[in-house]
Amino acid sequence: MELRSNAPDGPIQDSWDNHRFNMKLVNPSNKRKYDVIVVGSGLAGASAAATMAELGYNVKCFTFHDSPRRAHSIAAQGGINAAKNYQNDGDSIYRLFYDTVKGGDFRSREANVYRLAQISVNIIDQCAAQGVPFAREYGGMLSNRSFGGAQVSRTFYARGQTGQQLLLGAYQALSRQISLGKVEMFTKCEMMDVVLVDGQARGIVTRDLNTGEISSHAGHAVVLATGGYSTAFYLSTNAMNCNVMAAFRAHRKGAAFANPCYTQIHPTCIPVSGDHQSKLTLMSESLRNDGRVWVPKKANDTRAPGDIPEGERDYYLERKYPSFGNLAPRDISSRAAKEVCDEGRGVGPSGFGVYLDFADAIGRVGEDTIRERYGNLFDMYERITGENPYKRPMRIYPAPHYTMGGLWVDYNLMSTIDGLHVIGEANFSDHGANRLGASALMQGLADGYFVLPYTIGNYLASAKLDPVGNDHTAFAEAEAQVAARMQRLLDINGTRSVDSFHKELGRLMWEKCGMARTEAGLKEALVEIPKIRERFWKDVRVLGSGESLNQSLEKAARVADFMEFAELMCHDALDRDESCGAHFRTEHQTDDGEAKRNDEKYSYVAAWEYQGEGNAPKLHKEQLDFEYVKLAQRSYK
Amino acid sequence: MRRVFRLYESTIGKKIVMAVTGVLLVGFVVAHMAGNLKMYAGQEKMDHYGEFLREFAAPVLGHGGFLWVARAILLLAVAAHIRSAILLTRQSQAARDVGYKVTTRRESNYASLSMRWGGVFLAAFIVLHILHFTTGHIHPTFEHGAPYANVVAGFTVWWTAALYILAMIPLGLHLYHGTWSMLQTLGANHPRYNHLRRKIALAVALIVVVGNISFPVAVLTGLIK
Amino acid sequence: MSETMKLVLNVWRQPDATTKGDFERFEIPDVSPDMSFLEMLDVLNERLTQKGQETIAFDHDCREGICGTCGIVINGVPHGPQKLTTTCQLHMRKFKDGDELWLEPWRSTAFPVIKDLVVDRSSFDRIIQAGGFISVGAGSAPDANAIPIGKEVAEQAMDAAACIGCGACVAACPNASAMLFTAAKVGHLGLLPQGQPERYERVQKMVATMDNENFGACTNHAECEASCPKGISIDFIAMMNRDLLKGAVQHPIELD
Repeated sequence: MELRSNAPDGPIQDSWDNHRFNMKLVNPSNKRKYDVIVVGSGLAGASAAATMAELGYNVKCFTFHDSPRRAHSIAAQGGINAAKNYQNDGDSIYRLFYDTVKGGDFRSREANVYRLAQISVNIIDQCAAQGVPFAREYGGMLSNRSFGGAQVSRTFYARGQTGQQLLLGAYQALSRQISLGKVEMFTKCEMMDVVLVDGQARGIVTRDLNTGEISSHAGHAVVLATGGYSTAFYLSTNAMNCNVMAAFRAHRKGAAFANPCYTQIHPTCIPVSGDHQSKLTLMSESLRNDGRVWVPKKANDTRAPGDIPEGERDYYLERKYPSFGNLAPRDISSRAAKEVCDEGRGVGPSGFGVYLDFADAIGRVGEDTIRERYGNLFDMYERITGENPYKRPMRIYPAPHYTMGGLWVDYNLMSTIDGLHVIGEANFSDHGANRLGASALMQGLADGYFVLPYTIGNYLASAKLDPVGNDHTAFAEAEAQVAARMQRLLDINGTRSVDSFHKELGRLMWEKCGMARTEAGLKEALVEIPKIRERFWKDVRVLGSGESLNQSLEKAARVADFMEFAELMCHDALDRDESCGAHFRTEHQTDDGEAKRNDEKYSYVAAWEYQGEGNAPKLHKEQLDFEYVKLAQRSYK
Repeated sequence: MRRVFRLYESTIGKKIVMAVTGVLLVGFVVAHMAGNLKMYAGQEKMDHYGEFLREFAAPVLGHGGFLWVARAILLLAVAAHIRSAILLTRQSQAARDVGYKVTTRRESNYASLSMRWGGVFLAAFIVLHILHFTTGHIHPTFEHGAPYANVVAGFTVWWTAALYILAMIPLGLHLYHGTWSMLQTLGANHPRYNHLRRKIALAVALIVVVGNISFPVAVLTGLIK
Repeated sequence: MSETMKLVLNVWRQPDATTKGDFERFEIPDVSPDMSFLEMLDVLNERLTQKGQETIAFDHDCREGICGTCGIVINGVPHGPQKLTTTCQLHMRKFKDGDELWLEPWRSTAFPVIKDLVVDRSSFDRIIQAGGFISVGAGSAPDANAIPIGKEVAEQAMDAAACIGCGACVAACPNASAMLFTAAKVGHLGLLPQGQPERYERVQKMVATMDNENFGACTNHAECEASCPKGISIDFIAMMNRDLLKGAVQHPIELD
């Protein structure tokens, strides 16, 4: 396997322009001769499908949801970054590029990030033209806010529903192409495998979730826009149906998986309330502007927060990081919360929670001001927990919510399989080891609207593509394998539910490969995971049939892939014997608990090649060079 | 004309027909009640008012011509109103092939829920009302051209008066929800005035109901003899 | 720890679209008030699996009230008793010990049942496909600040755009009408300057598709507004009616 980034040489400011000029074009009248398969209809998938259809390609778009409007992009709250500099506060494409590379702790490809920053401005134009109701000033101009610690206001937003509005914009563009007959939409249709002919991705095998029908779809190129894998931890802020199956199936077929250990943990989520917990809800980080984080000084203190006197409270962030205090960065606050809970000082019924106390702020500025600032968040908290945060401190705990890792792609967003393109959260591209707030939406739409539609043309124009229909034997083989796999899951008829296995795996991953990782812990996990996997394949119980809607069976197939994928995450975390961004190896930290990189040894993208179930994957390295952004250590003293 | 029929094919088109005919019918009901207030001015004034309606525009339309034109328009409006209602009701019934086991209503009220049966009841009542006071077929002592006497004689029968009073309940409900729906369907909508729509509907319904109920009550209590 | 409660659930079970369904009764003796409604169903499904009975199918995904996938009619109310709340965000503390609940799918001819509590809402997608978009291809957009939009208009458009497409409006409507859903999109795009060129064509096409999908006719009960988890106002329905009337008279289009 060879990793060629295909990033253009020359000045970074011109590289995308030069690259576009050098790419081959498909003649307009020839575009209709190409069929492109898009899997996923979130921000990246829907925007790519719509745009390629606008260009003239025949697009088939697949989603396992009942409608393309439901993808989890919809849940993004905060906003989308763009280097518009509408606020005249010194923002520029270069600054967004710089912030993103630095925020990613110098583990991303400079050329990709620069292109992302360049394109960010077009995205806002496109979305505004589509009718996305961005927040406005009284004069009618677009409003911005600063986000994620950026020193400029470059975040565009639509109330707390930016992801929803951007997704609906893309969904509407997609709907238009469906009505024009340029996109054929398949809902409730899950990709079960990628089909390769002569080493090229030439189609997919799908399963209709309502009827169980397995079918084949052939095309000239395949695009995966299938999101991230935070649900490897079972509990995360992701939607219940998010999974790694599509990406992992491609990985099994030869697509390298890059940096799977880069998983971001968000510090302010509502904690687990009991064994029944199915997902975690994110609360905006802005709450830490006015809330003070604390836990009791002594372990196993079950008193109500109000009964714990001031002297017996540990405001541990203020204590450990006196200058940043409660505003310490995401990863630092997350790890600090885990530490105090591991010491038995966590609060709430599960013991995994810390207080975020607004009493001082309410005393200082009054309850009305706090209500004005955070009213909707406080309401949401009360709806979920039944507790009034004006009267009683909130309980929060970190939760996984985004994965920077993903299938390895080159500058053209193509994976190590010819013709298989990967966009959005599903690829590893632009965020390095840590993603900045409001950048996920930007990347998904950049890939979908403005990068892939060009680069895929270059592939189609230059690749030698023999006619392949879905009657090719490769499809029949893949269909048979999928059918056998589903039947195998149904036939086990063991004693435990799919969820119980997913929870078991998730707990292990959270413990050993979550916020803080150690060599010993990761090695233990690598021993444990195969055991869980073995038990799964012996003892899982999937009832019902494969011929109608069967949600247990759907889940079983997805969890089965997590059973293998979890190992890959641990291998990567173990290999990366440094701390960087969201990947924190406790062995490598600075005195103030900050991630300590080892640029000499680990300034590379770890791209893993599949070697068969149970075998250690093979590591390939793409060396990262930093010509424009100077390597530096983050400091929050 | 083609555009109108085209519009009528859509659900909203039929609702617009209901709303426009509704405007006519509400207008008629209000005018009818207001005209009948002449009962309080005495026999002479009331009978003169009846004669006025027959003679109105007589040089053009002939004696009683205006009334027949008005009746024709109203009849057409009622027919269109009922026909649209039937088509829309059928559509809505077909739109829920399997019903709920448990139904809980949060916003709909007795007026909105009684529109369909209320409409059927009102249609029947109008037929009786015409046979009673217009043609006199079911009136004990009907005399053409003498509305005052006819009303007094008609309402002296206590159960007839009671029936009229009772009939005002469905009329009031129908008017209340109908007027509000009319404003909504015709898109009379402005953030500043939206809160007035329910109030206008209530006022129309109350004025007509109170006015109409006053006639049988006045006869029964001897205020009008 | 809060006290647990005992609940009786009568759940609609229907193996597929063509087979007749019926209610099945379940008793859950130990519901925690901290569970969400769907977590309670997860627990029930876990126990059904243990007993070898097929689990209850229900739609859900994000579980934070934004994707619009979930939706159960609970005791006659879509999404249950808490206003402005989707089924996934409803928590069991809204119920009390001994309650008997009836769980039904969205009931609408336009939303055929797929299985148990899962319905097919693709009719909504077809309404959007009929015209619920602004025809602008990627690349052709002017600068985002080239068209100023007053704050008030932008906010009003956002009120309409907040629709999550869950279908509770149809489920709640005594006529199973989709007017609120359709009006929300017509209103969102019709209010913005970008949406003006296609405004009257859009409303006619979307309403025609809505009719073809076998939704019922609005009789202004306002049940939709009461059940909408995003609180979308029926004022948008009035706005759509006016646009349709104006469109049909001034800018009629040929529909097939």
